[in-house]
Order: sequence, then structure tokens, then C-alpha cells
Amino acid sequence: MQALTNRAKAVERKPMSLLERAYLPAIFKGMSITFGHMFKKKPTINYPEVTRPFSPVFRGLHILNRDEEGRENCTACGLCAVACPAEAITMEGAERKAGEEHLYREEKYAAKYEINMLRCIFCGLCEEACPKDAIYLSETFAPANFQRKGFIYGKEDLLIPNPVTEPEAFAKAKGERGKNK
Amino acid sequence: MLLSIDSFLILEKLVLIVVVVMSSLVIAMYATYAERKVAAVMQDRRGPNRAGPSGIFQPLADGLKLFFKEEIIPDFSSKFLFILGPCLAMLTAMMTGAVIPWGNKIHFFDRDIPLQIADINIGILYVFGVVSMGVYGIMIGSWASNNKFSLMGGLRAASQIISYELAMGIALIALLMTSGTLSLKEIVEQQQAHWYSWNIIKQPLGFLIFLICAFAECNRTPFDLAEAENELIGGYHTEYSSMKLGFYLFAEYINMFLSGSVMVSLFFGGYDIPFVNDAALADNIGVNWIALIHTALFFFKAACFLFLFMWVRWTIPRFRYDQLMNLGWKILIPLALLNMLVTGAVILFQQNNWHF
Repeated sequence: MQALTNRAKAVERKPMSLLERAYLPAIFKGMSITFGHMFKKKPTINYPEVTRPFSPVFRGLHILNRDEEGRENCTACGLCAVACPAEAITMEGAERKAGEEHLYREEKYAAKYEINMLRCIFCGLCEEACPKDAIYLSETFAPANFQRKGFIYGKEDLLIPNPVTEPEAFAKAKGERGKNK
Repeated sequence: MLLSIDSFLILEKLVLIVVVVMSSLVIAMYATYAERKVAAVMQDRRGPNRAGPSGIFQPLADGLKLFFKEEIIPDFSSKFLFILGPCLAMLTAMMTGAVIPWGNKIHFFDRDIPLQIADINIGILYVFGVVSMGVYGIMIGSWASNNKFSLMGGLRAASQIISYELAMGIALIALLMTSGTLSLKEIVEQQQAHWYSWNIIKQPLGFLIFLICAFAECNRTPFDLAEAENELIGGYHTEYSSMKLGFYLFAEYINMFLSGSVMVSLFFGGYDIPFVNDAALADNIGVNWIALIHTALFFFKAACFLFLFMWVRWTIPRFRYDQLMNLGWKILIPLALLNMLVTGAVILFQQNNWHF
């Protein structure tokens, strides 16, 4: 049979020499290799204690942003829901009443804002569509739940902590990337 | 009185038995942990590190898990033998420890207490007898399971242990010819004189054969055909669950530790401190302290053998069955016979002052 390439090598089938038949040299060689591996650096990352650093464009779970005074940015314009290719976002708008100026930045706000995390494909198009800087994809990921309804995140799950009343939680939620902005 | 019973002797032996059994259990427990750690570091992993600091309580968690698992006795098994199997495996594994000299002696309450449960003059024969009884645990368990895979595992274990015991015995005969005694205590004491009086120097080939056979006797890789999981599901313990399975696994580790101890006693000077005159040191720091050092050193040497067992396990693949039998019958037994003949000839020449 003609070889297809010139890289083919014939398999040697000559009988083993006495040294090879004694097995022991080969065994010692193998044992030296495994012994050497004891001193190699372990690539494992101890996950819950240590996390792998994310790239700056990592897209995790969403957060709904607030401004410096702690007011919600979202105006329930619906652009994110329109942009969403997976149709994961639903919302209901409401008008701001007098005396709620410290809660919502503009006259209209989202009374209900839900993202179905099982539908979401974390493409980040909502983030790009938002004219009010209201929705961001954060560094948190790996949600776990026992029930499907637990994956429909409402406003209480999505809203970033208030920077005025809970500055530490706000900084934590904003993550490493927030510092660069 | 001729038949006066020395109650203190019984007490001291009882304490010694409890200590030896407990410590070999604890060592077997931590051998399972060490096995997983050694496997991990050799494969560039971290190994168990969740239970306690760096996973130090992992064996407790494993034991607890085994205890709380459902105890299943198959309907078609012979129930008595099914339970007897793991008991026998565990019993024979523990019995070997009785003749091993863990240290010289300690001095308490105006008594010299030897750190050996029974210094019988056929010590090493006793070890061989108990070890060959150990295969009954596997055979009975595998037969009682009424499962062809278990039975095949048991058959493999039995034939392998029988084949390798021959070479092991013949390798040992050469050693016994040089030492002239069967008592483990005397064999150890003979090796105390110089660092070069260790039997490994006198009988390197004998040690190599003994070591290979010890691997086979313990059913360890590369001779673990009895539990070849890709051919026989789980081997002889396929049908076992809960702590009965735990007993089988445990017995393997105790066997490993005790065969390491036997090899230390036979070939590596037992509790002898190398390059040190033990008797002079004993005069300096007292009998009890030297006994402590001796015992610690003995355990260290045995632990080195445990590490060797694990190191080999995570390096070498398993032998095929015909390779196993070829190695046992066609290589090891002739080599052991040759070693015995050469040793005998050398001893004869030596007695004859090197005249032919």
C-alpha cells in the first residue's frame, strides 16, 4: 500500500531486549516522572476562597444602577426589553409622585422590572441600549436555585445597594470594574 | 508455684495489643487520606482539602459515610459467609502485628516490658501463615456474593497470592540462611551492629523479590487484578456496601502497613537507628527515651514503605493476567531459587574459609 504522506512511520515490532523485559528500568523511569510531578505548581484554583480574575468585558448578572444620591436611574423606557434577543426583560412603568424625588431620578420609573435569568443569554445588548446608564452586567455569576421561579429576578434582586446608606455593599456590587470608570 | 499466672504480664500484653491494634487502625485510616493526597500531588491536583485544615479530617468523614450507608446483603448470597468474609479479612490483617517488634523494651514499674506482643521463635512463619489465611477473607466474601464478577475477582486474588507466596517464601529462605533464625526479634537484633549489617546489603535481590511479592500479596497495583474495576466491576467486593466494604478496603491498608513493617524488620534493621550505636545511646539517655526514638523510627520506615506502595500505584498500570503469571512463575521463582542457591554456596564457602 502506498503511504499517503511522507510522515508515516513504520511500527517497530522487534522483540524486547533483556533490559526492556526486566521491566524495572522502565518502572524506575516512570516513578521518577511521577516523583517530579509532586513538586510541580498546581493549576487548581480553590474556587470559593479564590476566584479567577475576570476579563474587563465579562458579562455576569445584571444590576440596576443608581446615581450618586442613591436615586434609581431607570425610567422604564423599554429600550432594553426591545433590544433583548431572548425576550428576558419585562417591566411596568409608573409615574413619580410628589415626595418620591429622593427615590427616582426622573418623573417616570419602573414599578416592576423583571429579568428571567433562565432566558437571558448575557449578550449585554440591554446595557448598550440603555440611554439612562441604568442597567449593567456585573461580575457576579453562577446563580443557583431550587425552583425555576427563583430565577426570575425582580427589582429587589437587581437594584444596586444605595451608595448613600450602604456604601460598602454598593462598592462590592459595583466590583473591580467600577473603579476604572 | 509452677503454674502461677503473672497477672501483670497479661495486663501489659493487653495494653500492648490495644495500642498496636488502635495505632494500626489509625495508620490505616490516615493511609487512605495519604493515598488520596499522594495521588493528587502526583497528578498535579490538590487532593482532599475541605474537611478540616488541608483535609485532615477526611478519613473521619469517609468512615462516617461508610457507617451510615445502607447495609445490603444480597438475597442470593450465603449470608453467614457473606458477613464472615470481611471479618476474616480484617482479623487476619490485624493478626500479623502480633509478632512484629515495634521497639526494644521500655522500663516501667521495675519491669522490662518488651515492645512486641509475642516473641515466638517461628515469628516469620506465623506471618506467612496469617497472610495466606488472609486470602480466605477475599475468597469467602467473593464466593458468598453469588456473583460471577466477584467470584472471578476472588479467584484471581487466590491464584495470584498462591503464586507469589512461593517466590516470597523462597526469597525469604535465603535471608533465613544468613540470619539462622525465624524469630523477628532476633533478626532485628542481628542487624543492629553496623549500618552495613542491614539485610538489604546482604540480600538485595532477595529484598527485590520480596518487595514485588509483597505488592502482589497486598493486591496492590500493578497486581490489583482482583479488583480490576474495568474488567470486574469492583472485583471481589462488588456486592459489598457500607462498613463491610469499608472493612475490605481498610484491611488492604492495614496489610500494606504491616507488610511494610515486616519488610522493615527483615531488611531494614527494624527499629535500628542507622549510623548510631544504639546500645551506647541507650546508656546515655535511658531505655524509655531510646524506645520512643526506636518506635518512631520504625513507624517512619514503615511509612516510607507505605509511600512506596502509593507511589508505585499511581505510576504503573496493571499487569495483564498472563503477564502476572509469567512474572510470578517464570521469572521470580527461578530468580529466588538462584538467589537461594548462591546464598547457600557463599555461606558454605564462608564456613570452609573460602577453600573449595
